[in-house]
Amino acid sequence: MTTTSSAEHTRRDFLFVATGAVAAVGAAAAVWPLISQMNPDASTIAAGAPIEVDLAPIAEGQDIKVFWRGKPIYIMNRTKKQVDEARAVNVSSLPDPQTDQARTKDGHEQWLVVIGICTHLGCIPIAHEGNYDGFFCPCHGSQYDSSGRVRQGPAPLNLPIPPYAFVSDSKIKIG
Amino acid sequence: MSGPSTYQPTNPALQWFEKRLPIIGLIHSSFIAYPTPRNLNYWWTFGGILSFMLGVQIVTGVILAMHYTPHVDLAFTSVEGIVRDVNYGWLLRYLHSNGASMFFIAVYIHMLRGLYYGSYKAPREVLWILGVIIYLLMMATGFMGYVLPWGQMSFWGATVITNLFSAIPYVGDSIVTLLWGGYSVGNPTLNRFFSLHYLLPFVIAGVVVLHVWALHVAGQNNPAGVEPKTEKDTVPFTPYATIKDGFGMVCFMIFYAWFVFYIPNYLGDPDNYITANPGVTPAHIVPEWYYLPFYAILRSIPSKLGGVIAMFSAILVLAFLPWLDSAKTRSSKYRPLAKQFFWIFVVVAVVLGWLGAQPPEGIYVVAGRILTACYFAYFLIVLPILSRIETPRAVPNSIADDVLAKTGSLAKPMMPLIAIAVLGAMMFGGSDARAEDAHAQPTPPSLSWSFAGPLGKFDRAQLQRGYKVYKEVCSTCHSMNLMHFRNLADPGGPGFSAAQAAAVASDFKVQDGPNDAGDMFERPGRVADKFPAPFANENAARAANGGAAPPDLSLMAKARGYERGFPQFVFDAITQFQEKGPNYIAAVLTGYEDEPPKGFELPQGAYYNKFYPGHAIKMPKPLSDDQVTFDDGSPQKVADYARDVAAFLMWTAEPHLEVRKRTGLQVMVFLIVLALLLYFTKKKVWANAH
Repeated sequence: MTTTSSAEHTRRDFLFVATGAVAAVGAAAAVWPLISQMNPDASTIAAGAPIEVDLAPIAEGQDIKVFWRGKPIYIMNRTKKQVDEARAVNVSSLPDPQTDQARTKDGHEQWLVVIGICTHLGCIPIAHEGNYDGFFCPCHGSQYDSSGRVRQGPAPLNLPIPPYAFVSDSKIKIG
Repeated sequence: MSGPSTYQPTNPALQWFEKRLPIIGLIHSSFIAYPTPRNLNYWWTFGGILSFMLGVQIVTGVILAMHYTPHVDLAFTSVEGIVRDVNYGWLLRYLHSNGASMFFIAVYIHMLRGLYYGSYKAPREVLWILGVIIYLLMMATGFMGYVLPWGQMSFWGATVITNLFSAIPYVGDSIVTLLWGGYSVGNPTLNRFFSLHYLLPFVIAGVVVLHVWALHVAGQNNPAGVEPKTEKDTVPFTPYATIKDGFGMVCFMIFYAWFVFYIPNYLGDPDNYITANPGVTPAHIVPEWYYLPFYAILRSIPSKLGGVIAMFSAILVLAFLPWLDSAKTRSSKYRPLAKQFFWIFVVVAVVLGWLGAQPPEGIYVVAGRILTACYFAYFLIVLPILSRIETPRAVPNSIADDVLAKTGSLAKPMMPLIAIAVLGAMMFGGSDARAEDAHAQPTPPSLSWSFAGPLGKFDRAQLQRGYKVYKEVCSTCHSMNLMHFRNLADPGGPGFSAAQAAAVASDFKVQDGPNDAGDMFERPGRVADKFPAPFANENAARAANGGAAPPDLSLMAKARGYERGFPQFVFDAITQFQEKGPNYIAAVLTGYEDEPPKGFELPQGAYYNKFYPGHAIKMPKPLSDDQVTFDDGSPQKVADYARDVAAFLMWTAEPHLEVRKRTGLQVMVFLIVLALLLYFTKKKVWANAH
């Protein structure tokens, strides 16, 4: 050992480093499948495809709850009064300022489509309850108005709007 | 773990920690400074390989459990869901199922090494017995794991093995009922097997810790069988043993990867791709290969209780080995007679394994009895007598002397084992050669398939034609429950576009519901839907088809096989032959004959088929020339249809075949590069130790 020249040392060190590096790359690559398997599988992704909902049976003032990707979605046929209330609010006074126009589709003002999951900690608010003619979350008392905007309570954000479009006047496609 | 640690951390934080929990010192003294005999050969790397395999099985197993459902109605489908839908699920499942076999290959080599070099002798008796306990736990774990996919072999294996306990006098039946949690193998059985299969690997890991502890107290044995006397006899574990173990491990990984990526179903039984059916026992029940010698011993004893006792004794006798063999010389290298008997014993065990796979009749029973006697004679007669009469050769004075006397003959002790391995492989090859019955079964001809071999790929046009044949002909009677319309657009499949797959789906009517009124209704199919089954349930299928329900086709290409016989079987592992299923399907579809041969009694409502086992098939000849029109102008003869639909069914059975083989190539190249690097590193490290 004591007689090893420095040139040999370099060659040996290179071999050690190269071996260690290749082994490390292999170990890292082997970890990838072990983590990737946790993501949604192909059947879950396929089941999350867009759905169509027929609006015809929903009378004015009523709402239905449908599930898309495991999330409850409220589809509410709002009364004239609810729409007017939602539009009369001073937007800048809201915790999460957003106009009702931005939260509904032009020409379909009476339809409110929101993901019914409280933005506080994920409970499901009850429709047609609370002080704002909208939603009331029983868990921690957050209140949303008839546009699904947070008005009171610990929730930081408005109820999110899922991606959707009107296929016809009485049918929407969510997703 | 041998004596107080010499580890002295210089970092004050580490010193503080070491005073309170000397775990780093423990690791240091066990895996870094630990003195290991310098003359260990590569057979000693299997301890490290086994630890690695235990780790692989635990990691892949915990992950599989995240996706698996232990319920009789869902287990089989959930396993297929893992393989088909979970990201890298096919890889994880094949790693785990083949990992079990690799674990047993490694443990058998490890045990035989111990047997040959006398590693069980004083002061290593407890070390050896802990090893026997680990082996028993492995067998229990492997058995219960095999039950979980809930295929035919799972179910009937569980039935047969649990029934072993019914041999116990007076309380046998009560014990079996207790094991089952019911009046037969059923959902409670599956649930508890899942629970225990999850638990036992951690028990194994615990006993492995004791095993390693005992090893580090007694010190490792070595090929010379003399204890280290001076510093010159040993080298520190790190880097010497670690790098050597690392090299051995990567070589073993290459072997393992060959199975996982290229012949993942080679060691499995096609019957286990058929869902468990409590009403039908497979014609030929065989346990997994690693239990075969003991299965042969069980069957050799013409008494139920006697067979069970013999089988368990065959394992338990190992625990008494330290006292049965009282010879002072450890290593068989210096015991001319013991060495010969060792190899005879290996042959006996391998042949017993072969016999375990044979039908229990005629000459096989006689041979099984003779070899069972030989097996026990080795432990109970040969070893005790040898230790009294044998004159051993002189053992070297020290390990250092042994190393100096050696002139690069490391490979020599390997040669007989390699010969045995080849012999073993040949024997198991023979296991496929079943006793010939009166009406000889012709072997389906081997067709050439685009997806065969390490670079195999499906022929998209062929899959599309095969799909057309399936849709227009097969699907009128056969279901395909594991396939979804979306799969048609999956990469590595028939190459439909997403829009085409959606169009195919919308042509089908799918039952959905209930709607708001509580009624079921029909709607056009979506890509997420399964291919609808032609019959509402199995009874309807049975009633409409003369009493024989047409089997589901999803896994048909993996659920059917035939015997290739010796020596073809051995070559199949090397040439990666995995196409028994498609060969068989194509053969059956073309094997119809209008008139059965003279003397063959064709049952009512059956048709004669050359390649169908037993020849009397309930399915009428399904294909005729020009029955299905191919748009690409391909030939439209029955043989063409048969080949195309067989290829299509290979894809439905193994939808990730292409990505599996592609990944396999990358893994192989990587492992070979790593093995070479480790080899040269190992040479450098050991250069000054030799």
